[in-house]
Amino acid sequence: MLTEHAKIVKAFAAAGEIVGRKKLQKMIYIAKKLNFPFYEKFDFHFYGPYSEELTWRIEELCNLGFLNEVKEKKGGYFQYRYTLTEAGADFLKHYDIHMPHLTECLQDMNEQNSRFLELVSTILYFDNFSKDAVKEKVFLVKSKQRYTEEEIEQAYRYIEQLRHKTEAPV
Amino acid sequence: MSYPGGQLSEEKVFKDPVHRYIHVRDKIIWDLIGTKEFQRLRRIKQLGTTYLTFHGAEHSRFNHSLGVYEIIRRIIDDVFVGREHWDHSERLLCLCAALLHDLGHGPFSHSFEKVFHLDHEDFTQAIILGDTEVHAVLKRMGDDFPQKVAEVIAKTYQNKLVVSLISSQIDADRMDYLLRDAYYTGVSYGNFDMERILRVMRPREDQVVIKRSGMHAVEDYIMSRYQMYWQVYFHPVTRSAEVILTKILHRAKTLHEEGYMFRTHPHHFYSLFTGQVMLHDYLKLDEAVILYYFQQWQDEKDEILRDLCRRFVHRRLFKYVEFSPTNEQMKKLMELTALFKKAGIDPDYYLVVDSSSDLPYDFYRPGEEGERLPIYLLMPNGEFRELSRESVLVDAISGKRRTDHKLYFPDDFLQDFSTKRTTKKKILEILEG
Repeated sequence: MLTEHAKIVKAFAAAGEIVGRKKLQKMIYIAKKLNFPFYEKFDFHFYGPYSEELTWRIEELCNLGFLNEVKEKKGGYFQYRYTLTEAGADFLKHYDIHMPHLTECLQDMNEQNSRFLELVSTILYFDNFSKDAVKEKVFLVKSKQRYTEEEIEQAYRYIEQLRHKTEAPV
Repeated sequence: MSYPGGQLSEEKVFKDPVHRYIHVRDKIIWDLIGTKEFQRLRRIKQLGTTYLTFHGAEHSRFNHSLGVYEIIRRIIDDVFVGREHWDHSERLLCLCAALLHDLGHGPFSHSFEKVFHLDHEDFTQAIILGDTEVHAVLKRMGDDFPQKVAEVIAKTYQNKLVVSLISSQIDADRMDYLLRDAYYTGVSYGNFDMERILRVMRPREDQVVIKRSGMHAVEDYIMSRYQMYWQVYFHPVTRSAEVILTKILHRAKTLHEEGYMFRTHPHHFYSLFTGQVMLHDYLKLDEAVILYYFQQWQDEKDEILRDLCRRFVHRRLFKYVEFSPTNEQMKKLMELTALFKKAGIDPDYYLVVDSSSDLPYDFYRPGEEGERLPIYLLMPNGEFRELSRESVLVDAISGKRRTDHKLYFPDDFLQDFSTKRTTKKKILEILEG
């Protein structure tokens, strides 16, 4: 019971502070595509894969005091920072969640910027397409972001790098 | 690109309690409605188990799909036509996508998707792109037309304005289901002035925006979304039925994996149990089929499956208490789990925490930059302004969120003191707090 909540709490325990809801969404989506057992459902939105279920879960965890949310004004928008609280760490003690390599992967993603993670998650969303078809799709559906060929190549290399991390012996 | 037969010689109309009439002029729409995959939606209720709480909620996904089509038709033909940013050559694409947007829904799809890790949107894509009557009709428009319809529904189509009509924070899908669900459940919360909203919608490069003068109608729509979630969609009694339904599916799957010999073999479930669901199998599923099994399984040898099916069929639902998973409550939950086992009641099926995130529903949130596209108002000076920055009311309800967790259990089992009296008394003491 509440195992899916516990997995998200575990993600924060692994990643440390996460700045930005967009970044958080993309990190969990990428982790899911790397076969980490997150079951939140993602749809494609204007800014790439997005999960309403994850948004709710984060709000529940904040309301329960397991995550701390800080809202900061940034330009014309607000930005949100999330950290695990002591109560969250206590909640996690009730579960035995084993996700090898989650920490390395999430910490690595946390060091990337959200624009790049948006590109990585979009590429993964279309992973049933050929590489050329993916590029074409990215240029079409992400035309405003003006991603370059080089960025797309870099994103592919990054995905391989993450996959390599998940395959390392435990 | 045009459809053979173009427009019907005479307009067809469907009587509809929400929109009064649904008008069909285009032959492609008429042909799509007649396909067996679309007709299947008549046998799938829009609100799943909600009819066990609000007895009027028997309406189907067929009604809703026609409603979404009608709203889009009115927006395009009455408001957008001739306006800047609107490409009228996308008209039929929009209408087809609106009509077919829920095509892949199965019976009680929320529970089925959770238990069997399915996604109805994958089946929508498969029906549109596969060997189906729907695909054959769409293909008459051109070889790439089915793909375009599938992309609009998947929200990956390049023209974002087209996508936003079907799916955005203020779209035809939500407008129809709020009004329709309010009508059929009989509640008064869901109503808002849709005609007014349609009149103030304006096409822009990437999305639909709302003229500032229509802000109050949009406020009503946002309030309706909020109220309908808490009063209808997340009603605790409906959730109880959903919990039982989910547990029936889990039990049947577990029994199958353990080699249990069903008296009524779950033929329609085998592909679900093995995770190899073919489109052909999926399209055979509807609520009549599922309820047939639940009826039959009331006489199974397995006590748990038998009991859960009886509960669902006869509406003997679980009771609930509020539950907040704090450290103290989590300890109580573990104690309850142990006591349930001691009392001979399997906690895996009879002690269930249900959270609001188990039925996520997209309330309006302005969010942060790049999270998701908000609703923009078109100000008199031509600038865009995010809705909650203009509306005090929307700002108030899109702030800190209310969330909810409940603990469900079979009160009748616990009140039966003919066995394990002391343990059951102890359980009730804990549950009653």
